[in-house]
Amino acid sequence: MLHTINKSPFASDSLETCIRFLEPGDPVLFIEDGVYAVQAANSFSPLIEIILKSNPVFALQPDLDARGITLVDNGVKTLDYEGFVGLVEEHQVNSWL
Amino acid sequence: MKIGILLKEGPYNHQASDTAWKFAEAAIKMGHTVDAVFLYNDGVSNVTKLMDPPQDDRNIAHRWSELSKQHGVEILACIAASKRRGINDDVLIEGGSITGLGTLTDIAIRNDRLVTFGD
Amino acid sequence: MANMELEENANVKKIMHVLRHAPHGTIYTYEGLEMILIMAAYEQDLSLAFIGDGIYALKKNQDTAGIGIKGFARTFMALDGYDVEKLYVDQHSLEERGLTVEDLVVDVEVMSSAEIGRLMKEQDVIIHH
Repeated sequence: MLHTINKSPFASDSLETCIRFLEPGDPVLFIEDGVYAVQAANSFSPLIEIILKSNPVFALQPDLDARGITLVDNGVKTLDYEGFVGLVEEHQVNSWL
Repeated sequence: MKIGILLKEGPYNHQASDTAWKFAEAAIKMGHTVDAVFLYNDGVSNVTKLMDPPQDDRNIAHRWSELSKQHGVEILACIAASKRRGINDDVLIEGGSITGLGTLTDIAIRNDRLVTFGD
Repeated sequence: MANMELEENANVKKIMHVLRHAPHGTIYTYEGLEMILIMAAYEQDLSLAFIGDGIYALKKNQDTAGIGIKGFARTFMALDGYDVEKLYVDQHSLEERGLTVEDLVVDVEVMSSAEIGRLMKEQDVIIHH
């Protein structure tokens, strides 16, 4: 199951809620304001590092670009909208709105 | 793969409409079928042809209309949510229609995926 | 006969509705409930998960007369009549809010986040409200 998060972790508990329900191996994709979670060296970096031990983490590159985020946490993969569709091909979707 | 999209937020106020549209375009480009975009909550405001943004901004209703014309994607607004918000047949974009939640259920059943976008 | 049942089941989708918003501050829970009531008529395998502030929708003693909005807590009591019986409440969210099942208007199954997470993974469709 693909989990998507579209809220800044500084404004919403979506990320912290989502990870309580996350099964090991399931990908997490940050989109829209969600991408602020993976900016390198912010206060959520240790949490992202923990998630990465059991789950692949992705962020939507156009959303990073739009927000001026040039450096993401180590291990976070970036993808475009086609990459997003690719994840949806492989998984059912759980959008944490 | 057959994909249904559920869009739960109004245009401009939130990026959801833009992300849903970019996602739909990418899926179609990759050879997938986007069966329908079902609009719920304030999402129903995506289909009003009365929207008239400044020239240098995107026209979100127009985008949906083009997606429908070019790729046969049904753009469906929930009737209960539309009535609540003053959306009716008179204001619909070309390619848009108003339908019931039963249709959303059918979309959920007949597609391989239902992808939700919203606030 | 067994084969027929199997074939029927193949057409039944597992659809989970996740309620995460408090009831009156936004319309998400109310319109979510409207969606659930329609979907209930389609004989799919429906379940509801109440997570975070979504639990407040089930709280007893809600009186919306003073805010000019129609209350709908009692509508959750009608779900049973539509054969929607899988109501899951996230234990962590419940405890965090200082609530117990005694505070809720309907019978629910209290589960750990991990248990609900496992159920989520089995779903064909998940819709957050």
